Amino acid sequence: MSVRDTATEAYREALPVVAVSAVGGLFAGVVLGGMEAELARIQGLLLLVPALLATRGNVYGSLGARLASALHQGLVEPRVDLGDERLRAAVAAALANGVLVSGFAAFAGFALLAGLGRDHATLPTLLGVALVAGIVSGLVLTVVVVVAVFLGYRRGLNPDTLAGPVVTTTGDVVGIATMLAAARLVLALGGG
Amino acid sequence: MARWTVRGIVADMLPVLLVLTLVELGSGLVLDTFESTLLQYPSLLVLVPVTIGMAGNLGAIMASRLSTATHLGLLAFEPTDATLAGNALATVGLAATLFPLVGAAAWAVQALLGGATLSLGAVVAVATASGLALAALAVLVSVTATYAAYRLGADPDDVVLPVVTNTCDVLGVLVLFAVVRLAV
Repeated sequence: MSVRDTATEAYREALPVVAVSAVGGLFAGVVLGGMEAELARIQGLLLLVPALLATRGNVYGSLGARLASALHQGLVEPRVDLGDERLRAAVAAALANGVLVSGFAAFAGFALLAGLGRDHATLPTLLGVALVAGIVSGLVLTVVVVVAVFLGYRRGLNPDTLAGPVVTTTGDVVGIATMLAAARLVLALGGG
Repeated sequence: MARWTVRGIVADMLPVLLVLTLVELGSGLVLDTFESTLLQYPSLLVLVPVTIGMAGNLGAIMASRLSTATHLGLLAFEPTDATLAGNALATVGLAATLFPLVGAAAWAVQALLGGATLSLGAVVAVATASGLALAALAVLVSVTATYAAYRLGADPDDVVLPVVTNTCDVLGVLVLFAVVRLAV
């Protein structure tokens, strides 16, 4: 194939996926743009944004990939059955990873800001926001990923190509929206 | 063979996730540095997640296509290689198509919400310049990472994707920061 053919094929194949995830990213941006007040009140929250968003993508993207491979291998059935040990283990591990890493990000972010002598909120505030957002977004994204991968598979779609875009599109929106909700909750409880 | 116990999955993934979190905190530090500019111009704040996400996506797509070509023995790491050059061209083309639209949409949304303090031209220019710079960097990072994995004998599917996605995330913030510093 010539350079031109390869470029055209790669462009056509990727455009829909990238365009859909751009729309998801814009929605996330709109929520972030509306979070000015919380970002200004909780110093250090903006620092956590890339880490928390990447965690959602890495953890639940990997859950999707794991379930997709397992469907191909016949290790799990495309049914939401909480009695299924493999499904339960994969979901529990993803939730545990998501929450642990979110808490770690808050600790490390706090230490970084304190070490550099920059303005920062208290550790319980940052930790509270990260953990509440981690748990809520984890539950939402687990449902989204499991349902999308299973339904897609039952309708004859390849779950491998489905899991990635589903997570990149919903992960940022859900990640930022739950951060906003968690920040409001923590501020209402007296954090700052 | 993937393990299917909670303990096994957590043990496999947690170390990588913790390292990636430290890398991402680096880009968070850049955001924290220009927080006052971002809070002053919310249209730029709207661009943050989409710039990070698109940079990661462009890198991931390029890297996974290069990995597949490497597996099939179809890739020569030379600038004249058709797979390499074609995919690089497609990555730049995708950025050139989508980033101006993303900039215009970010401006339009802020204008509707009554918070647009920058002109349409300024936001489109910031998004487009960031997008083109990121496309070039995404090509560079994915080619370098795939080549390194290939030379080291590692499976590019396992290593390259997380490295490329998270590196491009960080570069997304750095490029946006540099462009905003120069332009706004």
